[in-house]
Amino acid sequence: MATQQSRQLGRLAVAPSVVALFLWMIVPLAMTIWFSLLRYNLLDPNYACSLLTPGQLFDEANRCFAGTSNYYYFLTDPAFFKAMANSLILVGWVLLISVVGGTLLALLLDQAIMGRNIVRLMVIAPFFVMPTVSALVWKNMMMHPVQGFLAWITKSLGLGAIDWFAHYPMTAIVIMVAWQWLPFATLILLTALQSFDEEQKEAAQMDGTPPLSFFWYMIVPHLARPVTVVVLIETIFLLNVFAEIYVSGSGGRAGNLPFLVYQYGLISNDIGGASAGGLIAVVLANIVAFFLMRMIGKNLEG
Amino acid sequence: MKSLLKGVLGALAIAALSTTALAETKLTIATVNNGDMIRMQGLTDDFTKANPDITLEWVTLEENVLREKVTTDIATKGGQFDVLTIGTYEVPIWGKKGWLVPLTQVDDPADLLPAIAGGLTVDGKLMAAPFYGESSMVMYRTDLVEAAGEKMPDAPTWDDIKRIAGKITNKDKEIYGVCLRGKAGWGENMAFITATSNSFGARWFDENWKPQFDSPEWKDALNFYLDLLKTDGPPGASSNGFNENLALFNAGKCGMWIDATVAASFVTGKESTVADKVGFALAPDKGLGKRGNWLWAWSLAIPAGTQKEEAAQKFIGWATSKHYTELVASKEGWANVPPGTRTSLYANPEYAKVPFAKMTLDSINSADPTKPTVKPVPYVGVQFVAIPEFAGLATTVGQIFSAALAGEKTADEALAEAQDAATREMTKAGYIK
Amino acid sequence: MARAVSTRRKWFFTILAWSVAFVIFFPILWTVLTSFKSEGDAILIPPKFLFFDWTTENYGIVQERSDYFKFAMNSVVLALGSTFLALLIAIPSAWGMAFAPGRKTKDLLMWMLSTKMMPPVGALIPIYLIFRDFGLLDSRGGIITVLMLLNLPIIIWMLYTYFKEIPAEILEASRMDGATVWKELVYVLTPMAVPGIASTVLLNVILAWNEAFWTLALTTKDAAPLTQFIASYSSPEGLFWAKLSAASTMAIAPILVLGWFAQKQLVRGLTFGAVK
Repeated sequence: MATQQSRQLGRLAVAPSVVALFLWMIVPLAMTIWFSLLRYNLLDPNYACSLLTPGQLFDEANRCFAGTSNYYYFLTDPAFFKAMANSLILVGWVLLISVVGGTLLALLLDQAIMGRNIVRLMVIAPFFVMPTVSALVWKNMMMHPVQGFLAWITKSLGLGAIDWFAHYPMTAIVIMVAWQWLPFATLILLTALQSFDEEQKEAAQMDGTPPLSFFWYMIVPHLARPVTVVVLIETIFLLNVFAEIYVSGSGGRAGNLPFLVYQYGLISNDIGGASAGGLIAVVLANIVAFFLMRMIGKNLEG
Repeated sequence: MKSLLKGVLGALAIAALSTTALAETKLTIATVNNGDMIRMQGLTDDFTKANPDITLEWVTLEENVLREKVTTDIATKGGQFDVLTIGTYEVPIWGKKGWLVPLTQVDDPADLLPAIAGGLTVDGKLMAAPFYGESSMVMYRTDLVEAAGEKMPDAPTWDDIKRIAGKITNKDKEIYGVCLRGKAGWGENMAFITATSNSFGARWFDENWKPQFDSPEWKDALNFYLDLLKTDGPPGASSNGFNENLALFNAGKCGMWIDATVAASFVTGKESTVADKVGFALAPDKGLGKRGNWLWAWSLAIPAGTQKEEAAQKFIGWATSKHYTELVASKEGWANVPPGTRTSLYANPEYAKVPFAKMTLDSINSADPTKPTVKPVPYVGVQFVAIPEFAGLATTVGQIFSAALAGEKTADEALAEAQDAATREMTKAGYIK
Repeated sequence: MARAVSTRRKWFFTILAWSVAFVIFFPILWTVLTSFKSEGDAILIPPKFLFFDWTTENYGIVQERSDYFKFAMNSVVLALGSTFLALLIAIPSAWGMAFAPGRKTKDLLMWMLSTKMMPPVGALIPIYLIFRDFGLLDSRGGIITVLMLLNLPIIIWMLYTYFKEIPAEILEASRMDGATVWKELVYVLTPMAVPGIASTVLLNVILAWNEAFWTLALTTKDAAPLTQFIASYSSPEGLFWAKLSAASTMAIAPILVLGWFAQKQLVRGLTFGAVK
């Protein structure tokens, strides 16, 4: 169908976006790879290494080149494995909560309920809240062990105040992030459910198909594709969650890889180390993405 | 669509024009969102009236965000700011690198408190002018201490603190004997823990830059801190920083609070529910000749390379002058003037009436950045070590100690981890060959 | 009988749905309520729900301290500007992929998405240096470009899936009539894809509005959006719960209202080709 001419036109039309994204990827990437090989502390008197001409660099090679030591120190940092684990825990739990919770919520909202529009407005609202604000609100208004609303509830129930960020920092972060992404999943899954053929639904009810088997044999296959989309999009964003951890001050124990890179770069001012860490994080993120695509990619075909 | 494009381009053009067409000299001032700084922003008419050719543009940010932005900008010579608000930690490091312009128009430099000015001077030149200075001290509830049948000495020991805190704590009524910083960060829990460790005779590094977390002094200091907060501290202590503790104290939930001297004007101010029941004492000691108080000054400085140095000099001169102090006093009362920078302020009989004036001065004068602890050290700084690697390292250590406070690890485990982290960092940075 | 069951069923689901929605919405509601309290009431335990002295003084204090409208204006310009710029590049690109697909189109799409994998902070110093050299620090143009590039992959993907659902015959028919490619794009394709484009625009305005790393790192005052505004309230001294609530409400209100008004559009279009 596509003629030779339209192919060429197609390529031409795709070109600007490819060029723009390629530059956006390759220029910082090249600079990051370069920095990762240098001793480059922003506050260090030697920082000028990154600004030297090739000739000067050659003369100063001993002073400037770090070789692989930035990678070595990042990979052997005890915080690295913890950060990697935290990254995976965060992505895994939030995905689980938003897919399962989102499906249930979507099914609920698909029922004939009164005031459905208002309910839907309330459910999707958290998706519009900026992550910094969300973190501030959860930290100060909800989860604060003395003034927080949750503390008041648990104390009223005789459970005592839960000190979320001290004792369950990872749980607290997962709750905050899931609060933002559950609505997104709900929205997409709800859209998918509503596209489900009304006639089929009614037919199933007429037949007296038990709700559970209807759910399992009809709805679940129908939702496979939207769930794939939710997982894909959320994974991209969840791997780079930063504001929630930064603002809530729980980076020490719930910090993920982006936070560790941040700690290297902007607290220690170790640009060499942060660059090495950033590259390691990219490689790991792509590995995760690769397996993800392998597992669920076929749902996107067709 | 076209009109949208026009709109966007138009907005961009207006934005571009408005930045170039306005006033002759526009100073961009980066500052921290502390009370004294916010107050200054409300009083700048006094400056702009005298200098109609200068306009001021404020960038007010939370402390950590500010520090990251300013550091990135000055290190890459981004040139986004004309006046910076920085602390005692940055000034010696940046000054040595030639990133700051020596100040020329500071009002009566000889009047600055020597302990403060000393920390801001590099090679005999004043590189930053102190806007307010602070040490740390004990703030306590006179009513609660009395009800506990105790009396707070002017110069308490850590044992006094422990004993009194134990008597005040009443967890059923949500009254906690002592509130201390526990939130991880080199300027948060590590400021307090480092200053405390000094009074226990501990130090970060020995003369050869070897980390000292495996010393018995550190073990005593950390164990004492953890024990005190766990028995007599509020819930959630491991995520409490300055602000959280201030809120707790103002709400009447803390018997004692050991923190920055500038907090004194807040706990006696109008947002405090306990304003008339607050007493002050020096930071505690352990009988080793060093008290557990720190020294800090939020200061104004000019980044090298700014095109507007002259106006910036003028502004800093005004903001740190005696005239500014009087201006605040006339508008907001003496208790609200920026404290801790000038000898003359403490000689002023009006200021002497402020309840915390003397204790603040005594605290500042008892801190010595060049001899912070009992044993000799290779570094400068009381609650910090003025080397570029410190902020990152102390943040890592702060996270470890904060985790210990939350009960995730024991003091010994925490110290061992801190020792490892410090050794790694110092080896990586080339201090340990 | 059947009717009674279905009424009971309706009531059950209604109550359940309202309860869940209330719990999810509560943090926002609580923030808005707190913003109208005095600082003293804000930290009161047990909390007061509705019967407190309502006051707007927090909004006054916040507005006095920082010029809200300047930040909000920047947020609007950045969100709309970056989305619009992204559409200019993305529409042809998605058209090309949908109607003249090559063997590598799927891979290309996945590669585009993978550009979002780099932790932003890892690229901060390179981008900061580039911005400095081109004089783009604190300029709207610079930050619009970055936001555009951040969202471009998502926009292309969304549009691609909408375009794919448009039957190719319609385009061929118009081509028979002698329409040029440009005309085809503007007069045939774009109108047909309007619902899809609308929801793409909406989603990306939301993402751009809420982006908090690059906007904080690359702007200071002239181009500073609401993320910067909120950063000066994140932990000030003294009692701050009510003021923080007011500032938070101000920062999220515009996008929340927009999202609510446009939610039908958003719901209809937000499928990423997920619905077949």
